[in-house]
Amino acid sequence: MLTLDGLDVWRGPSQVLHNLDLEVKAGEIVALLGANGAGKTSTLLTISGLLRPRGGRAVLSMDGREHDLLRLAPDRIVAAGVAHCPEGRQVFAGLSVAENLRMGAFLRRDGEVASDLAEMGDLFPILRERAGGLAGQLSGGEQMMLAIARALMSRPRLLLLDEPSLGLAPQMVDRIFDVIETIRGRGTTVLLVEQNAGMALEIADRAYVLENGRITLSGLAAELAEDARLQEAYLGLAPAGEGA
Amino acid sequence: MTGGYLLQQMINGLVLGSVYALVAVGFSMIYGIVRLINFAHGDVLMVGAFSAFAILLVFGFPLWAAVLAVLTIGAILAMLIDFIAFRPQRSAPQVNGFITSLGVSILMQNLGILLLSGQPRPFNLPGWMRTNLDVLGARMTVLEIVTVAVTLLVLLGLTYFVRGTRMGIAMRATAENPLAARLMGIRVNKAIATAFALGGALAGLAGLLWAGRAGQIDPLMGFVPGLKAFVAAVIGGVGSLVGAVLGGYLLGFAEVLFVGLLPPSFGSYRDAFVFGLLILILLVLPNGLMGRSTEERA
Repeated sequence: MLTLDGLDVWRGPSQVLHNLDLEVKAGEIVALLGANGAGKTSTLLTISGLLRPRGGRAVLSMDGREHDLLRLAPDRIVAAGVAHCPEGRQVFAGLSVAENLRMGAFLRRDGEVASDLAEMGDLFPILRERAGGLAGQLSGGEQMMLAIARALMSRPRLLLLDEPSLGLAPQMVDRIFDVIETIRGRGTTVLLVEQNAGMALEIADRAYVLENGRITLSGLAAELAEDARLQEAYLGLAPAGEGA
Repeated sequence: MTGGYLLQQMINGLVLGSVYALVAVGFSMIYGIVRLINFAHGDVLMVGAFSAFAILLVFGFPLWAAVLAVLTIGAILAMLIDFIAFRPQRSAPQVNGFITSLGVSILMQNLGILLLSGQPRPFNLPGWMRTNLDVLGARMTVLEIVTVAVTLLVLLGLTYFVRGTRMGIAMRATAENPLAARLMGIRVNKAIATAFALGGALAGLAGLLWAGRAGQIDPLMGFVPGLKAFVAAVIGGVGSLVGAVLGGYLLGFAEVLFVGLLPPSFGSYRDAFVFGLLILILLVLPNGLMGRSTEERA
């Protein structure tokens, strides 16, 4: 569904992604792991068209059609079926919850927006309860649900999720990860950026590890979870054979 | 002092406040979406007044044509200013845009003087607009009644636009968070252009009303209403449309009452009073009447 091929991305004077290759197949949950500043967010921003690479290719293919993402404006990328739920939630704080959701469907002209709104209310009952309230008055976890629901309102084929667990209480993180699995169950492919590698590997099919803008490890999530290098670096576990 | 006199002053304040509100609401809308203090906003009003002059008094078209023209010309001019002057430096620090807007303002004033001469020209609306009517014992011209009515209608329409329409909500979303707005597929430059167009149309309309009230026009006439709109917007809390309207009316009433209730010798201190009021309000409410503190965005 998504193929990134040799991306070189710069932000100002510094190169943040080096020759990055990444693939997401339809129906997968793919985790992109790495420390702060490794280039995870830059990867997502490049896919959404907000960062333009100096070299490489980014292609979205589905239903036999190929979209060259590097030639599409950000609004056309949304229209092509990519939704990006950004880091730090970024809900429209001064807009009501319902208005936030309506903006998620900004480009849609079909008549099913209202029924999708109702569906979001089923998926996240708190959003229905607070529909008229300001998004800025929701708790952090509720804002995260709103951000996810808002992204889903565009009916994406591919959902980019940037650090959904950031700053949330553990139970809320569990809820969010349940929701991610539900979303995949509904047929949406997910590219999940996370620092919380343990949680991400539990629900992902495959994963990539980014370090300083380069992919250093990739493979099946179940295998990576056992990988000594990854355990050492991100799961805070001692290398195998040294106890624990 | 009779009740009739007071009522008359209140009505005068309502009329003046309406014009301020029309200008201030556009000013505030532009600030809200691009964080730009646009000092050229008053000069769009000036161009609106000259357009009305040309349509009504030079070409002799009817009033409705002038109204359509000032709305259209104001909208196009404001979008053009945005496109040429502000859009190329969208990512520059806020102060750059502010200085640019001063430059645009001075440019427009001087172009006006160069092309149209700095001499004031008489601007007389059709006679029926200047007829006095009796309203609850006070006197109002048709123009004044129209000013108040049109302002209220326009503000209602604008409220509906920003609350109830897809593009209006998108404008507010862009003002809140441009990055997230882009991720929704909103074209930020289009949303900004819409704000300029609306603000410009209202400024153009205010130009027609202001000119009709003053009875004369000149290329520097936009300065005072532009400045007053700025004050009104700051009093209301820049970025808040409701605040700008409240600020406009508050300013209109305060000015008229100051001039009307104090001995005539104080009349020339009117602007000193206006800015004193501004300072006083900001001392008590640093974010204006309806402004939100920026810190609350976490």
